[in-house]
Amino acid sequence: MSEAAIQVIDLHKSFDELEVLRGVSLEVKSGEVVAVIGSSGSGKSTLLRCLNRLEQSTSGNILIDGTVLTGSKRAISEIRREIGMVFQQFNLFPHMTVLENVMEGPIQVLGIPKKDAATLAAGLLAKVGLAEKARVYPRKLSGGQQQRVAIARALAMNPRAMLFDEPTSALDPELRGEVLQVMKQLAAEGMTMVVVTHEMKFAREVADRVIFMHNGVIEEQGPPDQLFDSPRSERLRGFLRHVS
Amino acid sequence: MLDFSLVAPFLPYLLTGALVTIEISVLATALGLVLGLIAALARMSVFKPVKWVADFYVWSIRGTPVLVQLFIVYFGLPQIGIELGAMLAAVLALGANTGAYVAEILRGGILAVPAGQIEAAESLGMSSAKVMRRIILPQAFRLSIPALGNQAVSMLKESSLASLVTVNELMMVSQRFAATNYAYMEFYIVAAVIYLVMTTGMSWILGKIEFRMSVSER
Repeated sequence: MSEAAIQVIDLHKSFDELEVLRGVSLEVKSGEVVAVIGSSGSGKSTLLRCLNRLEQSTSGNILIDGTVLTGSKRAISEIRREIGMVFQQFNLFPHMTVLENVMEGPIQVLGIPKKDAATLAAGLLAKVGLAEKARVYPRKLSGGQQQRVAIARALAMNPRAMLFDEPTSALDPELRGEVLQVMKQLAAEGMTMVVVTHEMKFAREVADRVIFMHNGVIEEQGPPDQLFDSPRSERLRGFLRHVS
Repeated sequence: MLDFSLVAPFLPYLLTGALVTIEISVLATALGLVLGLIAALARMSVFKPVKWVADFYVWSIRGTPVLVQLFIVYFGLPQIGIELGAMLAAVLALGANTGAYVAEILRGGILAVPAGQIEAAESLGMSSAKVMRRIILPQAFRLSIPALGNQAVSMLKESSLASLVTVNELMMVSQRFAATNYAYMEFYIVAAVIYLVMTTGMSWILGKIEFRMSVSER
């Protein structure tokens, strides 16, 4: 039996007057790949950002490996160490080389010696197919390459789970494949993943479960085939007509 | 008419004065960078009294003439028992002055670092101090280099004010010999040329630094 890696209980989040999450409960099992879909403004990115406390929820609980995520700086830092995050805009550190970007977390946060961090980083860059770009600065890379470096940077922390916030939305269509390929490989290796995405094909092929969010709540969820082929809610049917 | 040969015997003295000018400028600029960095960080502090002190520093310095500040330090402080000596007074006053401007420059640089990068660093589990030191400040400095360079060149020129508190720098020396030789035009023109050489040389060095710092953009 696989335990719940991430458990969300009745999460609410408001920005001033605007209630973005209106009671979301969710469980992600260890090794599970969950795709979160929904139109913009549905709260899917906010949900993801609450999971590693880039946003602080207004109420509700988040449990990581069965431990409640409290507000203490230490608890937050610990949780961020164990959950990798990949952003829509890549957010690589422009003043560091590709290799240094990947080494930064292990050295600064885990206290790994520089030499070991370099070996680790080089291995991860090879894994995402960018070994030969180690000495290059990020701005020399294409968007797809930058995003693969960002994935390697998150993996360097040896995370228990990975969060992806629309990882291919800022990419030209011809560059999306290389990023999705890396993500597929991660999923196949058993990484626990929560992926906010507009890539329905990816969600169908790779996700174990798809969650459709609407208006701050989970409107419908289930295995991809069921969700895409026989959606129950009218809203999901409408959404799927729009995106396909 | 003009006879620049009058200046020649005094050139060594002028150049010695120029060395003092460089000394004041370098020390005051270094002090200004330290004060400016502290003030820039303090102004963003969540601890209000720290922020207020830094705000007051920047506000009062930028809102008053540097000459008034210099006179307060050199002529004013002795009255309350603090005798600093001309050189130290000049360095402290000019350094404190430039620090306020440096604080504003650095604050602009810090705010220019994209929020997404800070989130990326935080999502790795980095503490806010590490995010500041490893991610924000290196980029803020790089973004600020051209403005900081201008500030340093300004300092070199403003250091001439130190002549008014009896520091033997280039302006002071020129003034003295110009008066004793009745050759104002000659000595001041030569002083101006020496200043020009120094500011031009400095701009050239700053250009080199800027180029080296931009390695990640090439």
